[in-house]
Amino acid sequence: MDATIKKICAGDVRAASRLIRDIEDKRPDAKVKIKKLYAHTGKSFIIGITGAPGAGKSTLTDALISEFRKLNKTVGVLAVDPTSPFTGGAILGDRIRMQRHAADDGVFVRSLATRGALGGLSQAAGNAIHVIEAMGKDIIIVETVGIGQQEIDIINHAHSVVVVLVPGMGDEIQTMKAGLMEIADVFVINKANRPGTGQLQTELSSMLNLSPKTADGWKPPIVLVGDAFERATFDENTAELARKIEEHHCFLEQSGQLTERMHRKVMAEIKDALGACLMEPLMQSLISSGEMGKLSEKIKNRKSDPYTVAEDITEKFFQKQVKK
Amino acid sequence: MSERKIRVMVAKPGLDGHDRGARILARCFRDAGFEVVYTGCHQTPEQIAASAIQEDVDLVGLSCLSGAHRALFPRVVELLREKGAGDIAVIGGGIIPEQDVPMLYESGIKAIFTPGTALDSIVEWIKKNIKTH
Repeated sequence: MDATIKKICAGDVRAASRLIRDIEDKRPDAKVKIKKLYAHTGKSFIIGITGAPGAGKSTLTDALISEFRKLNKTVGVLAVDPTSPFTGGAILGDRIRMQRHAADDGVFVRSLATRGALGGLSQAAGNAIHVIEAMGKDIIIVETVGIGQQEIDIINHAHSVVVVLVPGMGDEIQTMKAGLMEIADVFVINKANRPGTGQLQTELSSMLNLSPKTADGWKPPIVLVGDAFERATFDENTAELARKIEEHHCFLEQSGQLTERMHRKVMAEIKDALGACLMEPLMQSLISSGEMGKLSEKIKNRKSDPYTVAEDITEKFFQKQVKK
Repeated sequence: MSERKIRVMVAKPGLDGHDRGARILARCFRDAGFEVVYTGCHQTPEQIAASAIQEDVDLVGLSCLSGAHRALFPRVVELLREKGAGDIAVIGGGIIPEQDVPMLYESGIKAIFTPGTALDSIVEWIKKNIKTH
């Protein structure tokens, strides 16, 4: 076995973290390593935590780590924060909330910057999850960047998705909308000591009651979590959250839904990998050969249009492949 | 292939809760195009060293205003070396008397920046001296 892969499978933090970085930085050998690593992945339970900026995702993640550690489960965390569109820099501040677990060998926390990805994660997230799976962590929590209504790439990566809401963000029409409100397996109303909690809970329940009974028979529970500074209540609430997630996990396994979700995850992975294999080299060759400039000129002068150009390129590309 | 992005961790070891300076630096590093992991206040050297390795940073910047730098800064370097991560550079700043500086350099701290240092000069120092992993 490759030395790095061996180390990662033995739980080596340095090797794992370095490979995640190689994936982020798109080092060519990262792909080679992932190929070798892949056979050792797929055994962890993956939880997605998503919601608006400041909703409390990191604090809840911290509380969930504690709950899972009480059950002697090892935990990996990927926490995503935004990259500046201007400088390419980023402040990765999620782990501030999780530092009490920093020196616990059973916990691995890695921050990722979005680096321009728009779906709430980073392009590297999928493979970074694989690296943590190979480390043998029982549970992986993926915390998305603070999101709005439809940055929902998380559904292609997590088995169970927790959507974190806070009171005071709008009326019941918001709960009817597509996107974020549809992807929750468990809802959290966080900061549930604040005014508007009752109203949000009523609106969410009526939205859920109106939804056609989900084909799979799971009705997302709503967990209220109070002020994080009222430690005793908060701990009770987050323990309840951990239980609901576990219930969903059992449900997935018993109903056969887990297999279906794995299928969706794998399809998304193939699509990503195809993109990397086809699109990236194609774009690169178009740019480096100067073809891109000529085509752009043609389109700008209205001598052609983007669809015709794309069709020509694809046709030529596949002809070349056939000749090979 | 894209270039390695510089990853930096800004950490506050020990008991002082004054992190204005650390936050200003974190912002400044962000604006320089680095990815900056900020740990917040009240960190033990053990937490800092473990986090630095989990995050695969090139550099740890320590800020201490309480006077405990003589004990805390060298301990971070020591722990990183113990964990086979001696290649992660450690720099420090804060209220650090001049006579303590040589001792800190001897312990393996790569640079000490005291109050009044221009932000740009710290960024320049990093770009010049830090080799990404």
